[in-house]
Amino acid sequence: MKAMLFSIGVCALTAAALHGHGQPARLATAATSQAARPGERVEVPPPPFSDGIFPCTFCHDNKDLKPNLTRRTFPDDHSEIVLKHDEQNRWCLDCHDAQNRDVLHLASGEKIPFDEAYRLCGQCHGEKYRDWRAGVHGRRTGQWNGQKSYLLCVHCHSPHQPHFKPMTPKPAPLPPTRPKPNFGLGDKR
Amino acid sequence: MTKQWMSERANASEPAPAERSAGAPASERAGRRAGTKPPASSLSRREFGSVAAAAAAGFLLTACGPRRLHDISKDRLRQAIKTWEREYTEKFGKAVTVSDAPPIPGVLFAYALDLSRCNGNRACVEACVAENNQSRDPQVQWIRVLSMDKDKGIDFSDADPYYAPQQVPEPGRFYVPTACQHCRNAPCTKVCPVGATWTEPDGIVVIDYDWCIGCRCCMAACPYGARHFNWATPSLPSDQVNTSMHYLGNRPRPRGVVEKCTWCIQRTRAGRYPACVEVCPTGARKFGNLLDPESEIRYILENKRVLLLKPELNTMPKFFYFYGT
Repeated sequence: MKAMLFSIGVCALTAAALHGHGQPARLATAATSQAARPGERVEVPPPPFSDGIFPCTFCHDNKDLKPNLTRRTFPDDHSEIVLKHDEQNRWCLDCHDAQNRDVLHLASGEKIPFDEAYRLCGQCHGEKYRDWRAGVHGRRTGQWNGQKSYLLCVHCHSPHQPHFKPMTPKPAPLPPTRPKPNFGLGDKR
Repeated sequence: MTKQWMSERANASEPAPAERSAGAPASERAGRRAGTKPPASSLSRREFGSVAAAAAAGFLLTACGPRRLHDISKDRLRQAIKTWEREYTEKFGKAVTVSDAPPIPGVLFAYALDLSRCNGNRACVEACVAENNQSRDPQVQWIRVLSMDKDKGIDFSDADPYYAPQQVPEPGRFYVPTACQHCRNAPCTKVCPVGATWTEPDGIVVIDYDWCIGCRCCMAACPYGARHFNWATPSLPSDQVNTSMHYLGNRPRPRGVVEKCTWCIQRTRAGRYPACVEVCPTGARKFGNLLDPESEIRYILENKRVLLLKPELNTMPKFFYFYGT
């Protein structure tokens, strides 16, 4: 009931906002914003790899050492990575591919490159994924009526610790002060 | 029937041709000779002449004198822009361009801000100041980020714009950035005694800085504290000036006028996002065309929990707050 009332409210709000401006003019000048359609590949900047870490097959070439598929921890390797992302139930090879470390894999087994990692994230975070495709979750730059650039999930959220990091705020505004009176004499404040 | 009645009245109020040519009715001339006061409505030939001259002068002054940018012709606007460009280029020692981009047909701008994402980092404030040539000293900032208590909800009497912790977000606080809400029923444009502020067809509320008399009625009328007054001559260092300007937007303001957010009119009329939208590190700020069903704004209105600030005032803002989660 509450949800219904709310949706009515939103409809009324939209209708109110549109009222008085007539029909939405579908002119060539008013280009539609290009939201990414479901299934379409989204152009993103390259993933934010740490320096010298990619390609992973530089070390993980699977020639000398066969991949060990047993779930375990690594006290000595990749010490910079601390998993805080459903760590009770997940480990490296749930996302990284054991046979080819330069790609990721979906739950279906489909291998995907790192610049399509949003599909991997979208498997669990479907709602966020939909919002991101619509341009509502995450930062977008470019044109409101044309080409927009997206960011990958991992540009803002570390895949191993996805919680958004606290930030240092920019300086607070100064409290209001009374300027010196100049009695309208000149423009020198 | 009504028409007939009206025409009869019109005939009755008009003096007969003979009387008009004589300058004054015969009865009046008789009255004057007898020493009685003439009726107040009558005019002597001399009085009529001076009133007509005054009216003609007034008409000429109105027609040829200064005008608001709202009413100015395209040619005169182009001339004014050339003058400004020359003036600003000289002042800042940099090539300044002043755009006169008109509203795009079929576009009504709207803005949305995700309250569940904003973490109060004030990157938007800094970007806005740089983009829109706001005064550095005394400080003028169009965006004001309010820190509020999660237990109390949105409560303006308890809001703190001066929060300065080491790190944001602070526990138990949430942040409500405010700027001009670009109301459809804007109180500020109604109270302006000289018509120096108005709503453009694409929904942006703008100010003519040359027509503003600095009475600050609009600031009193705005329930969001979105308008700012230049108490002193704004200071804008040449190395920090944004040379891409719009005549209704970020061109330098003189002392004694009011200014406010224009949704970066110099960017958005060229199809770009406002500066605050592009800079927000949490992606909380969204902007688009309310009339385009494919826009982010429409997606938010249709799928998210949306609220307005002070909706009880019936200002009908085009600035929506929503919860992205």
